[in-house]
Amino acid sequence: MTSVPARDEELVRAAATGSREAFRELLELHYDRIFRFCFRLTGRREEAEDLTQDICVALPAKLKSFRGRASLTTWLYRVAMNAAHDRRRRAMSRTKAAEGWGEIEMSRLAEETGRAADLDWLRRSMAVLPDDLRDTVALTIDGEMTHAEAAEVLGISEGTVSWRLSEARKRLRAMRQEETGR
Amino acid sequence: MTDPLDDLKRAFEDATPEPDGERRRVNLARAQKLFDRAQDSEVEQRRADDRANTWAGIEQGLRHMLNALNSRSVLAAAGVVAAVGLTALLVTSTRNATLRPPLIVADTGVAPESVASPPGEPEAERPAPGLGGEERADAGESGSPAPPTGGVHDARSPAPEHAMPAEGEAPETVVVESDLQPPGPAPVPNRELDFHAPGATADAESFSATVAALERQREALRIQLEGLPERSDDASAVVREGEVRVRADGRVAVAYEAEAAPPRPAAVAAPLPPPVEGELARGFVSAWTVSGADPVVRLPTGACATCDSQAPRAPNTEAFANEDASPVKVTSEEPVSTFSIDVDTASYSVLRSSLTNGYLPVPESVRIEELINYFPYGYPAPGERGTPFRPTVSVSETPWNPDTLLMHIGIQGRQPATDDRPPLNLVFLVDTSGSMDVPNKLPLLVQSFRLMVGQLDPADEVAIVAYAGSAGRVLDPTLAGERGAILSALDRLHAGGSTAGAAGIQLAYRVARDMAAEGEVTRVILATDGDFNVGISDPDELEGFIARQREGGVYLSVLGFGRGNLDDATMQALAQNGNGQAAYIDTLAEAQKVLVDQLVGTLFPIADDVKIQVEFNPASVAEYRLIGYETRALRREDFNNDRVDAGEIGAGHSVTAIYEVTPVGSPAVLHDALRYAGRPADPPVADGRRGGSRELAFLRLRYKEPGEESSELIELPITRDAGGADAEQRFAAAIAGFGQLLRDGVYTGDWTWSDAIALAVANAGDDRFGYRREAVTLMRLAESLAVAE
Repeated sequence: MTSVPARDEELVRAAATGSREAFRELLELHYDRIFRFCFRLTGRREEAEDLTQDICVALPAKLKSFRGRASLTTWLYRVAMNAAHDRRRRAMSRTKAAEGWGEIEMSRLAEETGRAADLDWLRRSMAVLPDDLRDTVALTIDGEMTHAEAAEVLGISEGTVSWRLSEARKRLRAMRQEETGR
Repeated sequence: MTDPLDDLKRAFEDATPEPDGERRRVNLARAQKLFDRAQDSEVEQRRADDRANTWAGIEQGLRHMLNALNSRSVLAAAGVVAAVGLTALLVTSTRNATLRPPLIVADTGVAPESVASPPGEPEAERPAPGLGGEERADAGESGSPAPPTGGVHDARSPAPEHAMPAEGEAPETVVVESDLQPPGPAPVPNRELDFHAPGATADAESFSATVAALERQREALRIQLEGLPERSDDASAVVREGEVRVRADGRVAVAYEAEAAPPRPAAVAAPLPPPVEGELARGFVSAWTVSGADPVVRLPTGACATCDSQAPRAPNTEAFANEDASPVKVTSEEPVSTFSIDVDTASYSVLRSSLTNGYLPVPESVRIEELINYFPYGYPAPGERGTPFRPTVSVSETPWNPDTLLMHIGIQGRQPATDDRPPLNLVFLVDTSGSMDVPNKLPLLVQSFRLMVGQLDPADEVAIVAYAGSAGRVLDPTLAGERGAILSALDRLHAGGSTAGAAGIQLAYRVARDMAAEGEVTRVILATDGDFNVGISDPDELEGFIARQREGGVYLSVLGFGRGNLDDATMQALAQNGNGQAAYIDTLAEAQKVLVDQLVGTLFPIADDVKIQVEFNPASVAEYRLIGYETRALRREDFNNDRVDAGEIGAGHSVTAIYEVTPVGSPAVLHDALRYAGRPADPPVADGRRGGSRELAFLRLRYKEPGEESSELIELPITRDAGGADAEQRFAAAIAGFGQLLRDGVYTGDWTWSDAIALAVANAGDDRFGYRREAVTLMRLAESLAVAE
């Protein structure tokens, strides 16, 4: 049995010609995924919710700029990525120092789930990565996006994506070694 | 040492929360509203374009310019903390006395590098509040009230692409400036075309005054513009517009009125400040709405300059299960065809939902056997005893090819007397995630179940389990006689809340097992829009779980609702693994069909693991092709293997399979004879007759009595003399043809939509429930849509 991911095209086409139903479907179709990606980028649930909202309200207008030559998902991820960057920049300019990746969220989750060690590791891992590596990891980690697609989203070459991932791997290893003292 | 990225992946899987249901609902609704408004404006736009084609190029030019403007260097921020995503606005005049809907060209300011943002903090580089007034000198002439605050945002200031008006501090006027030159030849006329932004007022009197002023102004503008040469390139078009002021120094200023109270739903297509609930339009709608005419928001296309390269599609959450159409097989090479029956109908409902929404379905979503099997056929029913179903075969000419034959296998399940059916135990497993909060999802689901509950016998039992959102046991097993209790439990279901991936499916099956008793039929009915976050996240594990439950005698039906993230493939997989069927409920009428008219068939299996195997006679059939059932193909050896799962037939169900066969010697034979293959033992004769054998094929059917381990076998030769097609078979053929036209039409030649429609109309039969008439309507719709494409 094959899964055929062919509906985007149909929906975008219909939405572009004004089908509200198609637009609704399209957004619903992608909402959760956008949210999850936003979470991976920010590590904070609230931040991810806000980011997702930004994207949602922008999409009716943005849709027209989607010309169908890239896959819709790739395009959406780029929109999300750019939105995240905007936020990041704004956060930097605030007097309040930007918090590390997901600190609050992780401690909350850790309390709830009692899996403090794992989550703490996740938080520290993401925090140890510089923005570009973190973005790349966030894009590719769930395995839904190929390196080529991630490269397109980030506007870099596929080779750079692979390099960044191996760099991320290296740093995480280094962090682990430091911690375990080996 | 393990790969840290793998560890990270697992950690993410654990840590990533589900989106909040309530916010999801709000966000989706908001986006939808924006979309709708943009559409309303689009309609106006088209009308306007029709009236005055000479204006058509203008917005295009502006769009080009917007693309140039639409970069980080374009900043929209008022003196106060705000800026907006609207970068340009265009007013056109009208030719007649009435106001013409102004064109407002809006860019969200989000493409490609940015997205709407929440209130940002003012940045040091931004102009201080109050500076804004200076750029609005042009707004005074008509006496339109000047907004108290205004803003100029200089394009050079390195602020974010845009920020949002802070709560309660929405700017009155925003003027966007850019250093960018419009594209095209440079000599920008040193001429400033004015327009005036009437101030915000909801007061009726000043409103009409404003309208009058605006109208005068437009007329003036029109005259000015008519004096200009025809649009020769984008740049001049922009200049001609006058909405974007091109100043002597080459800077482009775009005026934008931010805070008018629109008398009508305003066209909005711009990012909105998140916190200003109820003020969606504000800050994004120009004062032109004061004119009483609908504004038009145009969005630049191509604003995404970097997103055009080719990329493979990423996996999609709405996936359809299908395979390539079965190819034509050469009988001498592969004489045996084996498949599982399929009583699903989801593909038909999905098709209907696409067509009635005005678009052709993606070919992959069309599973032809599900289209055919959507309809009841009046095949002869089996007797009271013995085999629970009866096969009927016929052979007739193919409607789309005079040189081939259609071999039609119809299977009719026994309709048990409804008054002595075994008691039913039903567990409704209902998805109450936030995404279900759409009229055609949870509300339709509740209505559908209400219909169904009305059909149950007092001795039947119902339990309700919700997952995601309001998770848990909603209704303990309750006799259907206590209808009030069941209905009020249904009404208590509501979507939303934070998504808790409760162990919904395990709970449902546990409840089902507790309800089950000897001689009763127990079934879990999973109703969802595609969120299979039922407690087991790994799809394979989920399938495995359901398959194990199947062994326990609990059946599973999957009802799909809505088209948001409908996961057709998973629905199919689960229903197949769970000894059940998948149906897609798009309307209450469909609920009526599945849950009321065909309730018994939907809920009572009369035969399990029904497999069909057809062996073709190479002496009479040169080639054959099974229409549909691509996802149901079985290996030849699986036919006799009782451990291999296959489809169920419900009480009263009919199942139809159609082969297109090419007789030996027919001009329709596609494959040339092989040079090196041995000659057939029996040289073919022109009409397929040979040695007194008119057998085309040999049909074998295997099935199990419900709950039995070993299968029964039915065998039946199919001869050229098998009954010809009557209306039932011909209608099925029309649907088969229709499905092929939707998929690809490779084998249908020059047979047209009209032919399919004519065939269906002629064979609609008595059509007690109107299904066939509806199909004809859909076929007509598909024809029109196909022509339109």
